[in-house]
Amino acid sequence: MSEGLVHLLQLLVSGVVTGGIYALVAMGFVVVYKATHVINFATGEFMMLGAFFAWTAMSALSAPFAVALVAALLASALLGMATERLVLRPLLGQRTISVIMVTIGLAAIFKGLAQIVWSGDYRSYPAIFPRAPIALGPLLLPSRQFYPFLIALAAIALVGLGFRFTRTGTAMRATADDQMAAFGMGIDIRRVFSLSWSLAAMTAAVAGVVVGIIGGISPQLGAIGLRTFPVVILGGLDSIGGALLGGVVIGVLENLAGGYVDPLLDGASLKEVVPFVVLVLTLMVRPYGLFGTREVERL
Amino acid sequence: MSPPLLRVNNLEVVYHHTVQVLKGLSLSVPEGAIVALLGSNGAGKTTTLKAISGLLPLEDGEIVDGDVEFRGASIAGKLPHRIARDGLFQVMEGRRIFEHLTVEENLEVASYARTDGSDLGDSLRKVFHYFPRLRERRRQLGGYLSGGEQQMLAIGRALVAGPSLLLLDEPSLGLSPLLCQEIFRIIEAINKDEKVSILLVEQNARMALAISRHAYILENGKVVLDGPSERLREDRDVQEFYLGSRAGGRGSYRDVKHYKRRKRWLS
Repeated sequence: MSEGLVHLLQLLVSGVVTGGIYALVAMGFVVVYKATHVINFATGEFMMLGAFFAWTAMSALSAPFAVALVAALLASALLGMATERLVLRPLLGQRTISVIMVTIGLAAIFKGLAQIVWSGDYRSYPAIFPRAPIALGPLLLPSRQFYPFLIALAAIALVGLGFRFTRTGTAMRATADDQMAAFGMGIDIRRVFSLSWSLAAMTAAVAGVVVGIIGGISPQLGAIGLRTFPVVILGGLDSIGGALLGGVVIGVLENLAGGYVDPLLDGASLKEVVPFVVLVLTLMVRPYGLFGTREVERL
Repeated sequence: MSPPLLRVNNLEVVYHHTVQVLKGLSLSVPEGAIVALLGSNGAGKTTTLKAISGLLPLEDGEIVDGDVEFRGASIAGKLPHRIARDGLFQVMEGRRIFEHLTVEENLEVASYARTDGSDLGDSLRKVFHYFPRLRERRRQLGGYLSGGEQQMLAIGRALVAGPSLLLLDEPSLGLSPLLCQEIFRIIEAINKDEKVSILLVEQNARMALAISRHAYILENGKVVLDGPSERLREDRDVQEFYLGSRAGGRGSYRDVKHYKRRKRWLS
């Protein structure tokens, strides 16, 4: 195989890996948006907190990784539920823009709290996975990308299947379709809201751990949340399938730009900009995204 | 005599804190009966149903006076999902099918209103017995059904919920005359066979008066006339204003001028 082809494949594979992680983060946005029509700009901070929860369990309490992950999930579920109950529910019926501003405020508060509790230093998880890189034919994938990618995929599948095939998932989709009708069918839609927030926080926690394994943990980890926003817009704010496809598309584009264009740019980086170029193009051509519902409000 | 299943007492409803839609409305539905609620657009029929089923606050409406009693206990101010689980189920105007859910999932969602823990399979069989067409379409998305099929699905969901009182809002809306007859036949069957009492809101007064035991006529948020449906069918004004016919055959062109004369019950 020629060197050029291997280079291309390598870029595609890391694009898919990045995309899987984007997709997982995007799902955190989608789950909350579907149920409550709120765009949660604190999604990145939920990731960051989830990553710290797992880190604390592993380093301070020396728990094994699986236990730490479960602990982080539980703590995040509680945090999501509390956020919905204490912050979002009192705002029910307020204008969308006010609610969105509140999530931005929440993001700042979470980041500040994390700095107080864990300081601004960079941390990393103790070694979790075997160090040997994974060979895919002629390609080599670093183990700290490969295993987190598998975790991301598993989480995406779990949430997607849960939505599709469980009774609670059906109730959540019904609520997303028509809140008033769902309420009248005997569904406690307040429970659906609270469940959606805790599910989104749990999804974000897994994403946070995954990102933390790959790149380390700090209160700045949440920045990737905003970077994922183009994925959500491309896929459609209320579509889980869209999040998946949008993630992979942007992940691949980003890596191709990084591999082929950036070396020519003398220090500048197209890779960093690609998601936002896609964001602008999507909003111009198809504001509701690839799979989003047409009525979805434009931002 | 046992108390009625549903009693609405002197109900007053205000939207957005300013617009009064119901102005002291009272009605009752006896156990086992079909009761019709008639009236022109904007009379307050749908508002009445939403006040009963608890959905009013979702549209910024509020019960400011009066009470709604279901099986002798007040349900005014109760949350909609609790009212549904109590056995009072509303089929909303416009059918409100979950478009992105399959027919079967739509029916499954209605099982949230059940509290007896009975088997979903049994209720599905019952629905498919009344509406064989839905069985053929069970895996299709609700949004792709025709208007008639959506109405069948909306009533099917009510069958799954298995209420003791069913509120039906305009079940004939937008249906062909043939389909309309079919739906009314099934509504009667549900009332008799499933022992479900029904409060029926309808524009099609002829149909509604044909299948109901008692009827109320609503204007401007108040009941202006009520009585056994049999008697209302014979009432001259009801015939003129709601059934579109006049005693003594076709009215002449001259009578059209008098169309706007005050209705007797308003004087």
